[in-house]
Amino acid sequence: MTPAPLHLSGERLMLDPMGVVSWPARRTLVVSDLHLEKGSHFAARGHFVPPYDTRETLSRLALAVRRYRPARLVLLGDSFHDPRGCERMAPADCAALGRLLAEVEEVVWVLGNHDPVAPVGLPGMASASLADGPITFRHEADFRAVGELSGHFHPKAALATRAGTISRPCFATDARRVILPAFGAYTGGLDVRDPALGGLFPRGGRAFMLGEGRLFSIPMPPMRRPAQRSPERVG
Amino acid sequence: MGTLPEPFAGWFAARGWTPRTHQLALWKAAISGESALLIAPTGGGKTLAGFLPSLVDLHAEPREGLHTLYVSPLKALAVDIARNLMDPVREMDLPIRIETRTGDTPQNRRARQREMPPQILLTTPESLAVLLASPEAPEFFAGLRTIVVDEAHAMAGSKRGDQLALCMARLDRLAPGLRRVGLSATVAHPEALRAWLSPTARAEDVRLVLGKGGAEPVMELMLPAGHLPWGGHMGLASAPRILERIAGAGVTIVFVNTRAQAELIFAALWKINEENLPIALHHGSLQIEQRRKVEAAMAAGKLRAVVATASLDLGIDWGAVDQVIQVGAPKGVSRLLQRIGRANHRMDEPSRAVLVPANRFEVIECVAATEAVRAHELDGDPPRPGGLDVLAQHILAMACQAPFHPDELYAEVTRAGAYSTLSRRDFDDVLRFVEDGGYALQAYDRFRRLFRDSEGMVHVRDLRVARQARMNLGTIVDTPMLKVRLRGGPVLGEVEEWFASTLEPGHCFIFAGQTLRYEGIDALTMVVTRGGEGEPRVPAYAGARMPLSTSLSLRVRSILADPRRWRGLPEPVRDWLRLQRHRSELPQRDGMLIEVFPKGGRWFMVAYCFEGRLAHQTLGMLVTKRMERMGYAPMGYLGTDYVLATWSAFEPDEPERLFEEDILGEELEDWIAESSMLRRTFRNIATIAGLIEKNHPGQEKSGRQMTMNSDLIYDVLRKHEPDHILLRATRAEAAHGLTDVGRIATLLSRVQGSIRVRRLDRVSPLAVPALIEEGREWVAGGAEDALLAEAAALVDEATGGAEHFADVLAEVTEGVRVRSGVVDRPRRQDRKRRPPPRRFIRSARELAP
Repeated sequence: MTPAPLHLSGERLMLDPMGVVSWPARRTLVVSDLHLEKGSHFAARGHFVPPYDTRETLSRLALAVRRYRPARLVLLGDSFHDPRGCERMAPADCAALGRLLAEVEEVVWVLGNHDPVAPVGLPGMASASLADGPITFRHEADFRAVGELSGHFHPKAALATRAGTISRPCFATDARRVILPAFGAYTGGLDVRDPALGGLFPRGGRAFMLGEGRLFSIPMPPMRRPAQRSPERVG
Repeated sequence: MGTLPEPFAGWFAARGWTPRTHQLALWKAAISGESALLIAPTGGGKTLAGFLPSLVDLHAEPREGLHTLYVSPLKALAVDIARNLMDPVREMDLPIRIETRTGDTPQNRRARQREMPPQILLTTPESLAVLLASPEAPEFFAGLRTIVVDEAHAMAGSKRGDQLALCMARLDRLAPGLRRVGLSATVAHPEALRAWLSPTARAEDVRLVLGKGGAEPVMELMLPAGHLPWGGHMGLASAPRILERIAGAGVTIVFVNTRAQAELIFAALWKINEENLPIALHHGSLQIEQRRKVEAAMAAGKLRAVVATASLDLGIDWGAVDQVIQVGAPKGVSRLLQRIGRANHRMDEPSRAVLVPANRFEVIECVAATEAVRAHELDGDPPRPGGLDVLAQHILAMACQAPFHPDELYAEVTRAGAYSTLSRRDFDDVLRFVEDGGYALQAYDRFRRLFRDSEGMVHVRDLRVARQARMNLGTIVDTPMLKVRLRGGPVLGEVEEWFASTLEPGHCFIFAGQTLRYEGIDALTMVVTRGGEGEPRVPAYAGARMPLSTSLSLRVRSILADPRRWRGLPEPVRDWLRLQRHRSELPQRDGMLIEVFPKGGRWFMVAYCFEGRLAHQTLGMLVTKRMERMGYAPMGYLGTDYVLATWSAFEPDEPERLFEEDILGEELEDWIAESSMLRRTFRNIATIAGLIEKNHPGQEKSGRQMTMNSDLIYDVLRKHEPDHILLRATRAEAAHGLTDVGRIATLLSRVQGSIRVRRLDRVSPLAVPALIEEGREWVAGGAEDALLAEAAALVDEATGGAEHFADVLAEVTEGVRVRSGVVDRPRRQDRKRRPPPRRFIRSARELAP
């Protein structure tokens, strides 16, 4: 595992190929869009996808926590796929999550659109956003913000290789913000070239695609914001 | 043979017809209440033969209620047959109503059909499944006497055929004494087709009726003027001669093998079509209205030619087609026959066909196919066992109709030929899957779709589940497609999503017979304008090409190995083979020739296996794995229909060891599990089985994001429950179809002890076509990370000087470690050096566990 350092508003952050960000100066680990209990959400609607997603996501998160030993864990929203996800968790998964959270001193649940209320019965504080020095944590990026870590979009990037195009989740970055990839086992992605996402990087940026043990960095071309699109492309 | 009763005999006589033997035979079968399979070439009055007994019966004993059900694989065919059937009914004034019911039938007419069923209903497997999933089905089908299955050869062995087979098994219970009538083109395995159709899964319970063969087709080979190409599959060099043939005949169908080829041939013909002959284009990705328009123009005699893919293989009788031109090798004899049969539906006149091979190897294949047609030797596999995903869908649909007992449903299902070998364990696992997903971790108990009462009867949970089940019936899973719309104009058709993702605004491509410029994507539509500069690309579609069939392969090998049979070959091809005999040697019929030679600093190995492209691609992966272990440092491979070629850093000194039978071991398992083909198979199975939602066309983007990526599900399931029923189904299906493992096994056992190795100092004449083919695979095909590293390094080399935010970049890349063999620095100074393939191999190894 080779994390890549990145400077944002003067702070040194480590982007990890697992899809998490570490902020060593504040002993903080940041992770986004776990979408826990997405499987059971689909099952409730009659699509019985394998019920192992929560287990899988938590075991990967436990690995990240063990590696960085953070004092603070910041979850950037959509931690549960829906507001009742927390109640549906299997006892074993619930216990695993409890053990994991007990390893850190402080847990921050940034609220997302999928989980607009704080999870019941779990430690930590919940908030719509969190500012710490020059860095702000938010679920969905604010176009005007500087020094912002956010999630929501599940960014992924595609790279043409001689054996076809390969698409992977990625960090989307520029000098003002880092958008984290989704961490959950059942989370898909939105291509960084999509106007909704690319529009947040009007001067272009850099995407760091997740690999087995390292990141692959590719440039993102400049893109106009969706609101500035020519009328014929709207709708 | 008796004679038909009046008014039928009179109706035939008035038209100057006499009932054909097979029409009378089917009528006799009906009188004795037997099921029957009619196998006859096209144009034998097959459809009338299928319906005649029903018409006679309904005339003798007029009654209300559904009497005969006709199922066709094509909606358009059902509509067309209905129209044709109206004529005799009207002319004889029979008290019979004929109606169609397909996905296009409006809601009010469906409701009326339920209230007052017609005597004869023409439908598709999907619409039949929806009818059967209703609690009213038992009443609706109670009086059904006959079910007619058209194009039975095309249904059997497909998932739609599986669905139909299961539906027929249920109809048997709802309407005891129901007769089945199958109508089929000539097939290689009539016994297997009889068993598939049989209500008891036993072939002898279906009477076999063979139609008389028509006149022998007249076939000829046509080579391009001038040089005979070494490679390529498109046949564009022959465009001028194809156009001459079109001009010289009344109506022509130009059949090609892929949609991309259709676009290119169509463009090539119009480029030289100075007389403006009306030539149209027809393939499965064009907008349906456009296709209907072409079909109508064809039927009305307004066209001189239509360039078509398999989209015209089945279906409507065009009447007056004077000749069929097959461009590119036919790949299979049965398909070729079917296509030839499209020229002229009159039995007594020969069909005329012209074969246009695109390269030298295809010449031999065309000659082999011509011989096979003359020898009446057909190919094609017998229908494979029914799919478990289709069974899952059916079980839920049956629960929607009425509660069932698992023992009874198992007995019913296994009476269908396609499911006669279904084990009780698989059935129970599928049933459990339908109930709650069937996972070892029983997490979804409270979401069960089915419940069991105290007597063990299985019920559907509620109306919502039933509604959802009915909405998802059907076994056709589309690859994600994007509609192609002219800006401010109509929709032209659709391309696969991945093709769109490779385009940048301004790129141009050929589609629907015109050059289009890609402008952008607007919701689910690709917006294009006419024109555009630069070399246009052609959209390709997954799974478009059919591999060389086993029996055709044997014939090709026989021709190659026996110079006495070269007389049928054109002179340039004979010269080519003589040269091969002189420089190297010819592949033996049952052995295998391997050539090894150096070229451009690499070692090439060409193995003449002749087992078709799919098998060679799988084999290529296995062989290069073994080469790696033997220290040859393989770089890549290529599988064509005829050969497998590999290239490596070191000379393969014992190539015969690469083809030992034990290569079909663990490596195969690993590779199959990782391969994209398996992921695609899983996606289809998961969709049909109801694990993930179908992509309903025209859905809003927000709705699309709600569907879950099947690759993620596949990975999680493989890790946590590798023996789950859907993974078992996926492996079984992939081993059979996409990977062609069966053919590799046959090949390996056939050639053991008879592999001949020739070491040459340069490429042999026979190997040339292979080496100029497209579609090379690189050894690291599975090692995505190695490919990413290489591509990212290349991108950085290309963009190193022109960063958009160079200021941040310096910080960004500050601490990225550079490992030997893996280039990661975005701003390397030595931009001229591209990483050579050798280094790539090394890094791929480093990444290997």
